[in-house]
Amino acid sequence: MKELVLLGDEALALGALHAGVSGSYGYPGTPSTEILEYLVDEFETRGGPVARWCANEKTAYESALGVSFAGKRSIVTMKHVGLNVAADPFMNSSLCQIKGGLICVVADDPSMHSSQGEQDTRYYADFAMVPLFEPVNQQEAYEMVAEAFELSERLAVPVIMRMVTRLAHSRAVVHVADTARAQNALEKGSPADWMLLPALARKNYAKMLDKQTTLREWAKDYPRNTLALNPARKDLAIVTSGLGKNYLAENMAEYADLCGKEGLPSILHVAALPFPADLIRSLAEKVETILVIEEGMPFLERQLAGILPGRVKVIGKLTGSLPRTGELNPELVRAALGLPARATALDGFKMPALSARPPQLCKGCPHHDSYSALNLAVERLNAKEGKVSTVVAADIGCYALGAVAPLKAIETIVCMGASIGMARGAADAGYKYAFGVIGDSTFLHSGLTGIVDAVASKTPMTVIILDNSIVAMTGCQPTMLPSNQLEKAVIGLGVDPAHLRVIEAKPNMIEQNAAVFMEEAEHRGLSVIIMVRECLEAHRLRKKKESAAGEASK
Amino acid sequence: MTYDIILAGVGGQGVLSIATIIARAAMIDGLTVRQSEVHGMSQRGGGVQAHMRIADGPISSDLIPTGGADMILAMEPMESLRYLSWLKPEGILVTAAEPFVNIPDYPEVETLYAAIRTLKRSRIVAAEALAREAGNLKSVNMVLIGAASSSLPVSEKALAQSVHDTFAKKDPKLVDINMKALALGEKA
Repeated sequence: MKELVLLGDEALALGALHAGVSGSYGYPGTPSTEILEYLVDEFETRGGPVARWCANEKTAYESALGVSFAGKRSIVTMKHVGLNVAADPFMNSSLCQIKGGLICVVADDPSMHSSQGEQDTRYYADFAMVPLFEPVNQQEAYEMVAEAFELSERLAVPVIMRMVTRLAHSRAVVHVADTARAQNALEKGSPADWMLLPALARKNYAKMLDKQTTLREWAKDYPRNTLALNPARKDLAIVTSGLGKNYLAENMAEYADLCGKEGLPSILHVAALPFPADLIRSLAEKVETILVIEEGMPFLERQLAGILPGRVKVIGKLTGSLPRTGELNPELVRAALGLPARATALDGFKMPALSARPPQLCKGCPHHDSYSALNLAVERLNAKEGKVSTVVAADIGCYALGAVAPLKAIETIVCMGASIGMARGAADAGYKYAFGVIGDSTFLHSGLTGIVDAVASKTPMTVIILDNSIVAMTGCQPTMLPSNQLEKAVIGLGVDPAHLRVIEAKPNMIEQNAAVFMEEAEHRGLSVIIMVRECLEAHRLRKKKESAAGEASK
Repeated sequence: MTYDIILAGVGGQGVLSIATIIARAAMIDGLTVRQSEVHGMSQRGGGVQAHMRIADGPISSDLIPTGGADMILAMEPMESLRYLSWLKPEGILVTAAEPFVNIPDYPEVETLYAAIRTLKRSRIVAAEALAREAGNLKSVNMVLIGAASSSLPVSEKALAQSVHDTFAKKDPKLVDINMKALALGEKA
């Protein structure tokens, strides 16, 4: 055994290596990014198993499925909203008889630290009827990977491992094994188990339903689902899930004092789904109320309300004992337990007015120059028409920071790739000048198909690809294709080469770039403008790498 | 024993380097550490806060409870106040004096100082000047660790070892500069 200091994400990655993973795939997304970063580093610099960034979560998921079909263990990593992109292969894969263990690792972001929604991945597990594992600390994140692979192979189902921001991005000492399990041998699955032709899929669906009984049995005996019964306490029991367990533990000393001599309520911790229904029934037999403390949406609370007899009251996020939105924390749990708020240094302190400090584009960022030119063009186009005639749709990435003052350059941020589709819709609806603004990596993730639609319908709109050469927001992972390939891809999709413009995003070119925007906006068909300049952070990292390589070759 | 620290600053200022140095020192002393970090969108020029928990036994929560922090250690004055509800009434606040102004409506800095001084235990450290004296403006965070060190639950020896381990592999010259910054911070 060794001791290492690891992020939750890194602990999970190392767990995968030690459990004999053969292939790892993913698309960067906070808070999941560091999992694949760790594995890619292992692959590229130390000859570890294959690990690759992919164009999007769907292609990543499909690659992991291929590894599994070949008999080997694979993981695919993404953030919660990434599972929406991979939902098609994910849902269908639940009907395949998984061969080599497959873990879909999804990192949820309650409180939306870096996300557009709070979406709780446990609903997807329930939807697909696949098991879900939920570690509560770095050590569990490391150890659960092997357990998840084992279950995946034993029952031939894909499994989900749900992480959350506060675990993914928290560091602690992890005790890890000295050696790794050997990888599985190369051996194909049976084609009948993997071809979802309707006749075969119907059989597989029946098999999946049959597995549910076995899965429920498994959940009852899974040792990390723990039940501590206190038959003496009749009014209340507690169910925890995810980090709810930690926040209860944080308050436990004071709560035990508060509970007095009749003692603490019975406590069930749910570490994995499907929901251990037998355990909850033992818990509920004689209590009046069950408090559910869970990280994310009121998932267990709803399930409990569905299976328990009406005399048991279930309380939690739906009933207002805990807030419906946001990340869970020790204070919220403290209040739900009926403990008084603690004194703080803020009591009686006269706080001066503090200004908000939202995240912003780096000083000198090329997106700033692109947006300044776009703002100028938009202002002139609207003035020319004498009314609001422009729509600027954008999507997810660093350039989303163009939404805030002083730029206020964009009007929509919905999901990866939505900019192009929404600009098309706005043009169809009647806006004369529709702009879709998208980053280089996002364009490859889910912008290409939007271009296909616009080409097919000859929509008068202008797509602006902000090409900074890197996936900047998540920490500079590579864009799948280099800049010079974007042009060819756009032409290849059928965009008129006369209306593909490649220009530099430079501060001294704002006036001239605005003129290009105006020219292409007037074109009554599809135009694509690629704005090129390397991300500052990517530039710094590249220079550092080059100088290190230069030093080494001396 | 548990000792909880809120680290505050602006994305890109090096808040996490402070966390790394203190965490390493605590581990050299055989203590348990959990440290929650800031990644992604919030890193870019926005206010950032990291939770660091040190104990001589197990630590349950990655987050420090409100009213639970023994110290706020901040890279700049406005951010030092933003997370005050985490600080215990008798907790200590240590901040660099120099404001980080990347917004148009940064408050009057004297107002911030005045508010900070009304706290029972607070220190405003002229960290930039001391870092410059040590030989590198980037050593501001080391000055701050030095200024906080008498209250931290880590030994002087472990802290020195941690600074040494952190910088020795990068550039041996940085070891001396940062050791000096640490010492200047201690005396500040």
